[in-house]
Amino acid sequence: MAKSIDVQDLDIFYGDFKAVEGVSMTIKAKSVTAFIGPSGCGKSTFLRSLNRMHEVIPGARVEGKVMVDGMSLYDPIVDPVEVRRRIGMVFQRPNPFPTMSIYENVLAGNRLNNKRMPKSEADDVVEKSLRGANLWNEVKDRLGKPGMGLSGGQQQRLCIARAIAVEPEVLLMDEPCSALDPISTAAVEDLIHDLKSSYTIVIVTHNMQQAARVSDDTGFFNLKAAGKPGHLVEFNPTKQMFTNPDSPDTEAYISGRFG
Amino acid sequence: MNAVAVAPSTLAHPRLPRWAPLVVAVAALAVGALLGLILGWGPVAIVLLSGLLYVVALPAWSRVLEGRRAATDRLMTNLVWGAFAVVCVPLLWLLWNVVQKGAPHVTVHFLTTSMRGVFGSMEGGILHAIQGTVIVTLAATVIAVPIGLMTAIYLIEYGRGSRLAKVITFLVDVMTGIPSIVAGLFALSLLVLFFGPAFRAGIGGAIALALLMTPTVVRSAEEMLRLVPSDLREASFALGVPKWRTILKVVMPTAIGGIVTGVVLAISRVIGETAPLLVTAGYNDSMNGNLFSGRMTTLPVYIFNQYKTPGAVPLGAHAADPPGYARAWAAALVLIVIVMILNLIARIIGKIFAPKTGR
Repeated sequence: MAKSIDVQDLDIFYGDFKAVEGVSMTIKAKSVTAFIGPSGCGKSTFLRSLNRMHEVIPGARVEGKVMVDGMSLYDPIVDPVEVRRRIGMVFQRPNPFPTMSIYENVLAGNRLNNKRMPKSEADDVVEKSLRGANLWNEVKDRLGKPGMGLSGGQQQRLCIARAIAVEPEVLLMDEPCSALDPISTAAVEDLIHDLKSSYTIVIVTHNMQQAARVSDDTGFFNLKAAGKPGHLVEFNPTKQMFTNPDSPDTEAYISGRFG
Repeated sequence: MNAVAVAPSTLAHPRLPRWAPLVVAVAALAVGALLGLILGWGPVAIVLLSGLLYVVALPAWSRVLEGRRAATDRLMTNLVWGAFAVVCVPLLWLLWNVVQKGAPHVTVHFLTTSMRGVFGSMEGGILHAIQGTVIVTLAATVIAVPIGLMTAIYLIEYGRGSRLAKVITFLVDVMTGIPSIVAGLFALSLLVLFFGPAFRAGIGGAIALALLMTPTVVRSAEEMLRLVPSDLREASFALGVPKWRTILKVVMPTAIGGIVTGVVLAISRVIGETAPLLVTAGYNDSMNGNLFSGRMTTLPVYIFNQYKTPGAVPLGAHAADPPGYARAWAAALVLIVIVMILNLIARIIGKIFAPKTGR
């Protein structure tokens, strides 16, 4: 049920400040799309606008279109809660719910929405999600223990399991590995490879090797100058991006000769 | 002199032996006692003098042997401990006083009878006052907690930074400063408006206490909700959970330990109120379990009344105090025990509900 996302001329604002300007791109279904670029260029802001998490911040708004399934997400008749149910998100810092056990954390999306399911079905969902997040073998004997007791890498994979337990159509990841060690990072990257077969994945990363390793398409965001809005410089297949980019700015950034 | 010999001496300084504070304390006490006995002072003055001598003597010795920095350290340490002791003295004194005067009179009979038909040297009881205190405080909690909690939720989750939120915060601050007797008179005039003059009932007391509790509940709940990281709210939103459900199922459970502690502390704050209850709930010698009709006695009002009208010293008895005084002290002890139990409960609940780390 993976969906593609069409973005047309998207401007994103924090109050009066325009953070991102004029982004257009097509994110393909069942593929991994990575966004790279310097800090503060609007990658995360853009990512958050794809499932209407941006407007959680007071004063934040967008102009333009984000089309999924021929429906604009910012249409007044669209319920943001429903959008977030379909387009899941994993955050930079692992944030399991501290009051819940590992088991409850995985089921949080269902339980919090008051979806009743028989115990056997719930067990299945938990096992499937934890296996999907590559965590099952490490936690299967302590599902009743608090989620906060896991290591940072395990917590992040628990958050991924929680996000895929509600079977979203798209999974957004905001620098999911920036707080993790190389081994946990490798586990998450393997996971992204596996998830690609059933989900559309969009990932923001500061690690260009990571973008090159996991993604099919890459978008490079940049700022014209400090205080100016960020914009999309180039959006191309990852292979082309890292071997023969269209824009000299992209080449400078990727090869480390930035500025 | 070579460098190798100098190096250790810059690191190592002479230190006072570990038994130095003990020796100084004993010496200070001896000197204090000697001076006190010569000058004919009481034990309190002797202890004070010895304490003062200790605070000064140890740093002085340290100054000679250890140097200036260590001496300052010892002086400050002594001052901090001294301040702690000074704070503890009135508390312990008060507790000792109440236990000493009240404990002999706290009997099963005292806890299980009311003052109905009690006169002269008959032994009365406080069951009606305990009942009144429990009912009135419970009713006040039932009124104040939902209002306070929902106000706090509005302030943190919905009205952040808005003008209305600022006005509410200001009003809550003003409410914190309302004298309790004013709250009592307000509740009285409210009831008089509806039920006519001379109306006295427990509900009036409950309204007055709720007025005093609400700002405390708002403040503590607000602080606790503010401590819930916004990461958790975002995580919940990203799972497609509506805002109200996020607040109910994620934010509240995370903060519940602190909120409950705040509520119990607010209860123990108002449970000792006398003035507002005196004007609204009145005084009564018998049991009254009806919140909405008839006068209702609470423990603080009982204590006040026993002290005000203690009755006559029984003829032929050697006791110097009228019987009401003993009852007042005993009731005071019971009140303190109730407040202590409430505080303990708050701590236990805070422990139970605190988010578990599993480590």
